[in-house]
Amino acid sequence: MKQYEIVETPIDVQKYMDYVLHPSAGAVTVFTGNVREWTHGVKTLYLSYEAYVPMAEKKMAEIGAEMEAKWPGIRVAIAHRIGELQISDIAVVIAVSSPHRKAAYEANEYAIDRIKEVVPIWKKEIWEDGEEWIGAQKKYPAKGVERI
Amino acid sequence: MIKVNYFARLRELTGKGEETLDRDSMTVAELLDWAEESYPGFGADNVQVAVNEEYALKDDVIESGDVCAFIPPVSGG
Repeated sequence: MKQYEIVETPIDVQKYMDYVLHPSAGAVTVFTGNVREWTHGVKTLYLSYEAYVPMAEKKMAEIGAEMEAKWPGIRVAIAHRIGELQISDIAVVIAVSSPHRKAAYEANEYAIDRIKEVVPIWKKEIWEDGEEWIGAQKKYPAKGVERI
Repeated sequence: MIKVNYFARLRELTGKGEETLDRDSMTVAELLDWAEESYPGFGADNVQVAVNEEYALKDDVIESGDVCAFIPPVSGG
């Protein structure tokens, strides 16, 4: 496995937990984003994810670097799955270890927020009567995507 | 030659994952204008451009040999 990776097969959460665990870590937070069946009253049959893989892995590594700068002493691993995912499948896993729990919680939430902002991954919802690529509509930013 | 990649909605709209433009140099704004003219419904106002895997500004210049990607609004997670 890589510390920051796009994968095409089911995510084994334990691998990423193990990766971040070390003797000085007193806390590990693991977030998984899972495929939800109902969104705003519409039933999803399954999701299809695609990514610009090399850039996505690079952006995830940059997010990891941002996190390490903000919360010194943490260790991070992130994986996002692409392809067809069924209800309850894990789309993304974020594992963060830190000496104490507060940083592990905060850094983990920061990671998923940033992933949703800057990592070139796209989700298509497939319903019984149609399908749609999901993505917030936004204008071209004057100064490019926010970088911290 | 400038290589461009299409993803998600734009891959389906254009019917291709990538193509090569026979240009030596152009700005990001010019590339977006070209895409809008070439593919009705492209929606360039909501599309960002990455040059060599980094988000680019509209005034940035793309050179022959660069690899570009049109990035519609992302929705990972």
